[in-house]
Amino acid sequence: MTLSPEDITAIGLSMKVALTATIVSLPFGFTAAWLIVFRSFRGKVLLEVLVNLPLTLPPVVVGYFLLLLLGTNGWPGKALEAAGIQLIFTWKAAVIASATVGFPLLVRSIRIGMESIDRQLIQASRSLGASWYDTMLTVVLPLSLRGILAGSSLMFARSLGEFGATIIVAGNIPGITQTIPLAIYDYASSPSSGSMALSLCLVAVVISVAVLILHETLGRTLDGGRKS
Amino acid sequence: MNLRIDVEKTFGGFSLQVKTDVSGERTGLFGESGSGKSTLVHLLSGLLHPDIGEIHLDGTCLFSSLKGINVPPEQRRIAIVFQQAMLFPHLSVKANLVYGYRRCRRENRVISAERLIHVLKLQPLLERGVRNLSGGEKQRVAIGRAVLANPRLLLMDEPLSALDDALRYQIIPYLRSVSEQFGIPYLFISHSLTEMQLMTDEVLVMQNGTLAEETTSDRLARSRMASARNGYLNLLRLSDPVVQNGLYAYRWGENELLVSEGLPSGEALFELSSREIILFKNHPEAISARNLLHCRVKELFSSDGRVGVVLSAGGERLVAEIVRAAADELQLAADSTVFAAFKASSFRRLG
Repeated sequence: MTLSPEDITAIGLSMKVALTATIVSLPFGFTAAWLIVFRSFRGKVLLEVLVNLPLTLPPVVVGYFLLLLLGTNGWPGKALEAAGIQLIFTWKAAVIASATVGFPLLVRSIRIGMESIDRQLIQASRSLGASWYDTMLTVVLPLSLRGILAGSSLMFARSLGEFGATIIVAGNIPGITQTIPLAIYDYASSPSSGSMALSLCLVAVVISVAVLILHETLGRTLDGGRKS
Repeated sequence: MNLRIDVEKTFGGFSLQVKTDVSGERTGLFGESGSGKSTLVHLLSGLLHPDIGEIHLDGTCLFSSLKGINVPPEQRRIAIVFQQAMLFPHLSVKANLVYGYRRCRRENRVISAERLIHVLKLQPLLERGVRNLSGGEKQRVAIGRAVLANPRLLLMDEPLSALDDALRYQIIPYLRSVSEQFGIPYLFISHSLTEMQLMTDEVLVMQNGTLAEETTSDRLARSRMASARNGYLNLLRLSDPVVQNGLYAYRWGENELLVSEGLPSGEALFELSSREIILFKNHPEAISARNLLHCRVKELFSSDGRVGVVLSAGGERLVAEIVRAAADELQLAADSTVFAAFKASSFRRLG
């Protein structure tokens, strides 16, 4: 098994993109889950649909919408351009693509964690003098930690595998936006690089297995802590 | 504590309409499950909002649909003790206890943690994990947590329902201490008549989402004497007995009572059903029942065809239950005298 310097860069970039996407999404994911579980407001169904849409849409479609939004013709793109920020075809675009596609998984896991919190714990907290944000930080957040960790690892793993949306908004530029799946795609399309593709595939398998093992272990530790 | 409520709330096919002006430190909210007790608790604590109406606590408006006032739950200073202890599982016992205290304004902190820990005997629990507490211990911590928030009013929402009988009566003294030791008025919610008698003076009776009756716990127990499973329950607090022939002899007013299941020392609470008491016009010659008291009839009341006889015995009060025919035969009237007999084994020790 051999890895070229470009492969190493692709692996590093993949990790960087996946990690950034996960960390950046966490506060939004937590807020979205909290809104869906604990608040009733007009347009809640719309929020739920919006959050879950990337789960059912083809990633290519998500990527295309992002391109329309962030490109020079979309109003967010224009605003960013005015501020001197270029996103399209940079690793940041890959982060946005990964974050969008992985977001439903993150929210779903946090939501399951939050739904298992007894409502009376929250009522107790409120009646003991804690405001809603105090309750959110001191009761809801610690008690949904397991869901947050589960969601984060799932999202991280999903981001590592992101292909469709990334290739559209970030392109496939070696050393800049080429993540593991994009590099494999490159290798696979040239007939002579079969073994190179296989090496990267193995790397992808190893990282995924490692993330899943971490996910299980963390879940078990937290679970054990809860029961003891 | 003065509570002025005039609210309406409809949701999911259930409608609640309550209007009352009640004062008292130990108030009860009595009713079957589904009568709207818990909804009222939520409305008071601010966890639910009435559709229309007003809620005033000690002159402060907590909610008014007319004036657009809705004080959020955290500012109402109304703490709740739930049926389940609802301790925060991620916090230690100590952190649970001070959760409300830390959020209470300095000027309102009248009860200190030290005093609370002493009264509720929480010292041995402090270093334990919340998950390593028994049901009764959890509830004690929950009471402590609510009291330490220094609330203006404590809502006790069926705090004993999840506990078994033995535990229930161990917890009651701690619940009573809320008002007796710490001076916090409470609203005690329950469907148990005995608990009402033990914990409350004034009682609001809820039925189908409305207030059916405003009464006292004693009047409530009298009116339900005939229908209650054990009749009217005489609750006797007795202490420091002398053991005689295997029975515990307790002083009760000017009389002495013999009890089978006493406690060798200290105070114990006993229940004596009105149906366990037999009345005699004259002193019986010999009798197997170990307790025979010379009593004066103070008043008679009727409850569904039965006659309740309120007796005065050596300065204490006892309620006996007889059928109407017996009352006629004994020619009972206020100020007449009778002998009341009951067995030493008729007492049930509650705690």
